[in-house]
Amino acid sequence: MLLPPALQARLAGAPGAAEPLPVQRDSAAGAAPFLFSPRPVRFPRDHQFFEDGDVQRHLFLQEVLTQVAEEPEKSRVPEFTCQVAGCCQVFVALEDYQHHYHMLHGNTCSFCNRAFPSGHLLDIHILEWHDSLFQILAQRQDMYQCLVEGCPEKFKTSQDRKDHMVKLHLYPADFRFDKPKTNRGPSTPGAAVELSARPLRDDEEAMEVCSEPAMLTPCRRTYSHRIPSTICFGQGASRGFKRTRKNKHQ
Amino acid sequence: MWSSRLGRPRPLACGVEELRRRRREREAALRKARREQQLVSKRLLREDVPEEAAGEGADAPLGEAEVQQFLRLAQRGTDEKEREKALVSLRRGLQHPDTQQTFIRLEGSMRILVGLLTSNRALLQLEAARCLHELSHSEQSAVAEACLPATSYLLTYLSGHSSDFIELCLYTLGNLIVESEAVRKQLVPQGIIPALAACIQSPHVAVLEALGYALSQLLQAKEAPEKIIPSFLDSTLPQHMLQLMQPGPKLNPGVAVEFAWCLHYIICSQVNNALLITHGALSTLGLLLLDLAGAVQRTDDAGLELLVCPVLRCLSNLLTEVPVEAVGGQMLLRDERIVAALFILLEFFLQKQPSLLPEGLWLLNNLTANSPTFCTSLLSLDLIEPLLQLLPLSNAVSVMVLTVLCNVAEKGPAYCQRLWPGPLLSCLLNILALSDTEVVGQSLELLQLLFLYQPEAAQAFLQQSGLQALERHLEEIQLRDRVHAVQHTALHG
Repeated sequence: MLLPPALQARLAGAPGAAEPLPVQRDSAAGAAPFLFSPRPVRFPRDHQFFEDGDVQRHLFLQEVLTQVAEEPEKSRVPEFTCQVAGCCQVFVALEDYQHHYHMLHGNTCSFCNRAFPSGHLLDIHILEWHDSLFQILAQRQDMYQCLVEGCPEKFKTSQDRKDHMVKLHLYPADFRFDKPKTNRGPSTPGAAVELSARPLRDDEEAMEVCSEPAMLTPCRRTYSHRIPSTICFGQGASRGFKRTRKNKHQ
Repeated sequence: MWSSRLGRPRPLACGVEELRRRRREREAALRKARREQQLVSKRLLREDVPEEAAGEGADAPLGEAEVQQFLRLAQRGTDEKEREKALVSLRRGLQHPDTQQTFIRLEGSMRILVGLLTSNRALLQLEAARCLHELSHSEQSAVAEACLPATSYLLTYLSGHSSDFIELCLYTLGNLIVESEAVRKQLVPQGIIPALAACIQSPHVAVLEALGYALSQLLQAKEAPEKIIPSFLDSTLPQHMLQLMQPGPKLNPGVAVEFAWCLHYIICSQVNNALLITHGALSTLGLLLLDLAGAVQRTDDAGLELLVCPVLRCLSNLLTEVPVEAVGGQMLLRDERIVAALFILLEFFLQKQPSLLPEGLWLLNNLTANSPTFCTSLLSLDLIEPLLQLLPLSNAVSVMVLTVLCNVAEKGPAYCQRLWPGPLLSCLLNILALSDTEVVGQSLELLQLLFLYQPEAAQAFLQQSGLQALERHLEEIQLRDRVHAVQHTALHG
């Protein structure tokens, strides 16, 4: 296809268009037996017209998914230890450490050291477990908010909330991030010692207690310990686990 | 980005010809699936694996006892490394469909896996997630449904900060979504739309790509127009998506591809396209098209059509929904650079992916049908001749080219005077030598308009034995009346 040389320049030029030529129709134009009239065409989802493009799209996806399913490349480093006070986990790969840090130290309650998968759940936890004003208000109004992001419902008790989440949101009844408040937990130095002595079973009390003995300092921070989402341990914000593989195969 | 993804060399145990043959097979299988409206995109090429990973034995199916043993070790082992190794072995085994079946039939297996997924051991968590990911690749909806207990956690983890993990969860969710309506029926009340709306704020490109993938699978579901797209349109996702598709230095092609396909599924479902137009979809997509036409000149990337295709589709369909009174307000519809961009892309398609030419011409039709501005642009930018060069390619392409030319010709004498003198008439005479009814029919429509508004063209037609060229079509029922009418117009003006 031989395009006029000025076309490139037009693309790079200013927006706008030439004055349209005058339109002047003759009524004989669309008369029978002729059928044509100008008409923008619309194609719905499953139309045959889209077949070729759809097939190309899916071929591409198949390749992507094959890549995604592969064993990821890990950047091996000399063994090092997690620096968070009280955590002695050892790592030999940066990606592992990054995941560990985000999951266990990223959204950690500074009152009781429980780790949460998101800032949202941490906020709710602090409110419901460590805020005395919450308890007072809860006696008078519905304070237990639904844990599902985007759901505005609030409830009188945590059990009511759980029922809502099970019935409406089809959540499991034993959802691990909705454990009822207990008196266990390192609220006193004595309790901390007790915890460290007990072998940890991680199918029980999952995500609630840091695996290593909790360090209790007399002065407790009153803000929650949260890592901004842009922190990526020097790897760059655009790194994803696909990228490392691609680099290798370049 | 493109070449790294598509040109990734794999260890070749077979030759290039073999690869081409396999690709043709896959293409044929996909076409068949699409015609049966069962286009599932996550069939992995597992049959390739044994040839490539020869002798590793990692892909042999695991027996029930082995699966049980690995699960037990992973759950209750004392040494961290041992537990991790057990999960890795399980994951490798789960690549095999037989192992997947064994796993889901084993009582309590998913419960243990979910327990590991939500444990406080980060590495076990990752490996458990990878096991789930393997399961999500199954083509059996029973396997996908066995993963239902894990979905609330996968969604919860989308709000975290571990980008690798989130990416994995998203691809897993995307796969599960494709495979089973039961999964989708659970994910929507579990809040997948708000979870994705929160996740789309992530700064990580890989996460956004994965999100786009999962979302595209969700929007492609057959029940999406009624059950999913309305809540999608109510959320903040459309605005965020359009923002991530703005052309400029921060545009990531991989992310844009996924979101463009998402937009296509939404728009062609025709739920509430007016809303998208008010969010600026037309102008974003138009600017993106201009950008892509520029990119085509700069790079030789073969993957660009993956983005161009959905953008063209979105624009074409959206154009049908701009109310007449709003046309003046849309900058895009007064900017002839869009026509220039489209032709540059048509040329690109001609070189790289000729099967997509009809889609480009579809946009051209929708741009020109009711627009004197763009019909004039075709003439003033000298694009008629390039358009005619596409005629011989196929009947489908011919019909569309002729339709666009009719869009121009029907606007009256001022337009037809610019169509002839020129190569148009001889092209039409060539077409009359063909036999495809639709092509010939469309050319008769064009001849009628041309003769009506530019009588000298009729004279030339007669002098070039046009009448005889018309004769052979008198026998065709669908053409007969129009042939007579064109003969009459040519002879009597």
